[in-house]
Amino acid sequence: MGPRLPLMLKDAGLTAFVAAALGIFIVGFRTVDMGGGKGLGFDYHLVDLAVAVVTIFIGRLGLSMAANGLRWPAIVLGVVMIAAGASPMKLPSGFLHWFVALGGVLLVIRAIWPWANDAMGAAAKTPSGVALSKAGSKWFGWLLLAGAVLLPAMPFADQKTMDLGVLILTYVMLGWGLNIVVGLAGLLDLGYVAFYAVGAYAYALLSTQYGLGFWTVLPLAGMMAALFGIMLGFPVLRLRGDYLAIVTLGFGEIIRLVLLNWFDLTNGPAGIGSIPGPTLFGAVFAETPPPGKQTVSEMLGIAFNGNHRLIFLYYIILGLALITNIFTQRMRRLPVGRAWEALREDETACQALGINPTNTKLTAFAIGAMFAGFAGSFFAAKQRFISPESFVFIESAIILAIVVLGGMGSQIGVVLAAVLLIGLPEWFRDLGSYRMLAFGLAMVLIMVFKPRGLISHREPSIRLHPGGGG
Amino acid sequence: MSAPLIEVEHLTMRFGGLIAVDDVSFSARPGAITAVIGPNGAGKTTVFNCITGFYKPTVGRLTLRSMGGEFLLERMRGHEIGQKARVARTFQNIRLFPGMTVLENLMVAQHNKLMRASGWSLLGLLGATGFRRAEDAAIELSRLWLERIGLVADADRPAGELPYGAQRRLEIARAMCTEPVLLCLDEPAAGLNPRESAELNQLLVSIRDRDGIGVLLIEHDMSVVMQISDHIVVLDYGRKIAEGDPEAVRNDPAVIRAYLGTDEEALDG
Amino acid sequence: MAYFTQQLINAITLGAIYGLIAIGYTMVYGIIGMINFAHGEVFMIGAFISLIGFIICGSLGISSAPIAIVLVLLLAMSFSAVYGWAIERTAYRPLRGSFRLAPLISAIGVSIALQNYVQLAQGARPKPGGQIVSGGFNLFTADGFDVRVTWLQIIIVLVTVVLMAGFTWLIARTSLGRQQRACEQDMKMAALLGVNVDRTISLTFVLGAALASVAGMLFLMYYGVIDFFIGFLAGIKAFTAAVLGGIGSLPGAMLGGLLIGLIEVFWAGYFSSEYKDVAAFAILVLVLIFRPSGLLGKPEIEKV
Repeated sequence: MGPRLPLMLKDAGLTAFVAAALGIFIVGFRTVDMGGGKGLGFDYHLVDLAVAVVTIFIGRLGLSMAANGLRWPAIVLGVVMIAAGASPMKLPSGFLHWFVALGGVLLVIRAIWPWANDAMGAAAKTPSGVALSKAGSKWFGWLLLAGAVLLPAMPFADQKTMDLGVLILTYVMLGWGLNIVVGLAGLLDLGYVAFYAVGAYAYALLSTQYGLGFWTVLPLAGMMAALFGIMLGFPVLRLRGDYLAIVTLGFGEIIRLVLLNWFDLTNGPAGIGSIPGPTLFGAVFAETPPPGKQTVSEMLGIAFNGNHRLIFLYYIILGLALITNIFTQRMRRLPVGRAWEALREDETACQALGINPTNTKLTAFAIGAMFAGFAGSFFAAKQRFISPESFVFIESAIILAIVVLGGMGSQIGVVLAAVLLIGLPEWFRDLGSYRMLAFGLAMVLIMVFKPRGLISHREPSIRLHPGGGG
Repeated sequence: MSAPLIEVEHLTMRFGGLIAVDDVSFSARPGAITAVIGPNGAGKTTVFNCITGFYKPTVGRLTLRSMGGEFLLERMRGHEIGQKARVARTFQNIRLFPGMTVLENLMVAQHNKLMRASGWSLLGLLGATGFRRAEDAAIELSRLWLERIGLVADADRPAGELPYGAQRRLEIARAMCTEPVLLCLDEPAAGLNPRESAELNQLLVSIRDRDGIGVLLIEHDMSVVMQISDHIVVLDYGRKIAEGDPEAVRNDPAVIRAYLGTDEEALDG
Repeated sequence: MAYFTQQLINAITLGAIYGLIAIGYTMVYGIIGMINFAHGEVFMIGAFISLIGFIICGSLGISSAPIAIVLVLLLAMSFSAVYGWAIERTAYRPLRGSFRLAPLISAIGVSIALQNYVQLAQGARPKPGGQIVSGGFNLFTADGFDVRVTWLQIIIVLVTVVLMAGFTWLIARTSLGRQQRACEQDMKMAALLGVNVDRTISLTFVLGAALASVAGMLFLMYYGVIDFFIGFLAGIKAFTAAVLGGIGSLPGAMLGGLLIGLIEVFWAGYFSSEYKDVAAFAILVLVLIFRPSGLLGKPEIEKV
């Protein structure tokens, strides 16, 4: 190590210094209302900050050690951090325990990364390794599907699990829908939730005002959302990618503000309630039938159970999500799907090949919007109550994070990311408030270290030599 | 001699105060290679960008006559020039779809034909036999071109992984898969070694002789230009300073003067 | 007429704040061609640092408003600058040369992370800033309506004008400005000619962040209340201002800021305040569709 160590120490010191400068005011001085009209005062968190800065110093030092081949010292530092974080030692907040311990875990991973990478690289280089991973991901997909279909029959599938299942599947469907726009066509849509809102309000209004049923409205809601997509997309899809992002963001906000302020139609912030749920061949899920209707338990001659409705909802969203997936897979193999991907890769070249960029983008945009519309009307039917609060920008950001983390264009990646991003925070409720912070950081880290996402393998849409690997 | 395929008349392109192309007129014939040469900054690529619809010319007329029709290129939208007038091009800095496979690159080039066959995706989604047949034909055309550029074995590799010379050839094959009547090549020999450059010459000659389409070529490499061009247009500072067959251009005093600043040998190649 | 004049005064004040933020968008766009989505968040952090700075001044017994303002201004500018620098260094620089959407997605990630970071560290509730400068004078009275200019409004416009003048000088006359313009024209060539491109880009972020933090301080003083979410709307509006003025153009950013201020205030004053944000978004969409190069920007010629 010799002469390198002072450099590493200096670098770690500099990082720690920057971290301290970043944190000193925002973290160190928490403003709190003193009460009694005395205005704001401080709740000092300087010790927290000091612990964080020291952690960053050690972590950075460890990282540069690992980068310079000093694997063992780095691992030792990492283990010390994990031990400190996990120890019963009293740190000022629970978050710091996590911070220190997770920092240690990351450091250890970084330190052993080259070994793991060599091992995996060697495995992947053999032809059987490639075939294995390809077949593996296929099997994994089928396994996931089987698990999803059988979930309601599992002994542990209580109401909480089923609720979570419905939630995750909704995000999987939204992720798959957005994947068409972002992953395949390469259009950064930051207002995706607007189309979700269009679908939700379409069903809420048509069902409560005109008494239309879920299955009638579902296609209508999809078409309506697609129409909105075309209306927005037609003028703005000629714009450069980053302009498109901000215009869609603005559009999402416009829709939300209109929903919030157009009282006559949307009932404003109070939202729309008593939206009917979906029916099974005209029968409703309820203990006692409403006038002129039949309940499902009567129709099937089984005892009423509140869970049946949830299971039914679960299978609806599973079906909708699968339709989205199959549709996307087929589109990818059609000329229009290839044109989407080509546009993502190089729009100028597409134009030179006589492809109409605006129309091609518009189809992706409209189809993506359509699936959001389907999901939206499902959401309204499941919640039975909707308000503009459900359609804020953060929702768009979560869906985008799922697509980005999963690996843009990868269908199975979206599932994994949805389970990770939606499922985990639900299980670990304490971490809930840190969820969005983690989302944001994850998006940055993924872009920096693994821009193609968790699943980066791209299967060609067509092959000249179907038997071959690669 | 056949009638001109494309006629460029009084083409002028201004960017703010800068006149990049100044009143240039020339024509190119089918079944012939027409080269546009000139020192750096002479306005060659700008001429190309006007023909292929990336720029709207300030003044001038670009008429393409083929398939019994007449197309005024300066009035068409960017992609229509490829789609309807059937002008294809390559780029100075290769613009493949690097993440897509070689075959996919060639399939994308046949987009418009396949879109019609897939009934704008509806028939394609249903898996109609008409579409399947069209797709098989498209694959066949792609295979044909892969054979001509020697990349059959690499068909399922991402295009971005190919060596540089192969990417150049693939870009030409991709342009040819649009079944153009006029092929515009922007410095196709740039960065190629002598062997690759010779292969390129063969490919271009075979495109002219076998496919019978017009080829418009911008090139710095005089060995390519002088060997395979049928007709040469020389630009300097945005103006046309000479035109004629290779022999005539080589001996033109204006051309020699324009190139004197660089390298006199360049013309002998 | 009196009402109109009053609205005009209010609009210019607001426009000054938007203009200061818009400069950050325009400069970053000019030099690396990306929309720095996190810029609104830097503005928000600047406002928070200012808030904390004012409280510290209060507890140290600094009662003179001008001294407090200058101290807080320096504090907010220097510490927000560190944010600007750190964001560029960690989230954008590693992505130069990555695929097209990567920096954009990373910027959105930074924006989300910063918002939640401040929410966690400072709490979600709105923070009242108290009144630092009060009072003003009547300009004139007409139709029974007093047209009033507050000292605060004068300070805001004054600070903005001074900063913008200084900044224009910086870009036009200093070697930093020349290096920056060189990088805008052609980054590779600038690097070959010995311009330290990395440093120049870093400085661009630092300067943009410093200006945004001033806007944050002025916002805090003007509205008297801030929360972790103010960066979102202010950011979009300032971005709209930058686009409206012509992205990449400094005078454009100032002009755009003023126009957005005018539109917002007059819309709220004459039509409805519920839809004033819709008006800003609608203008953004319309400008991008019909005049993407903005009022003072040069049309972009794509090199192929």
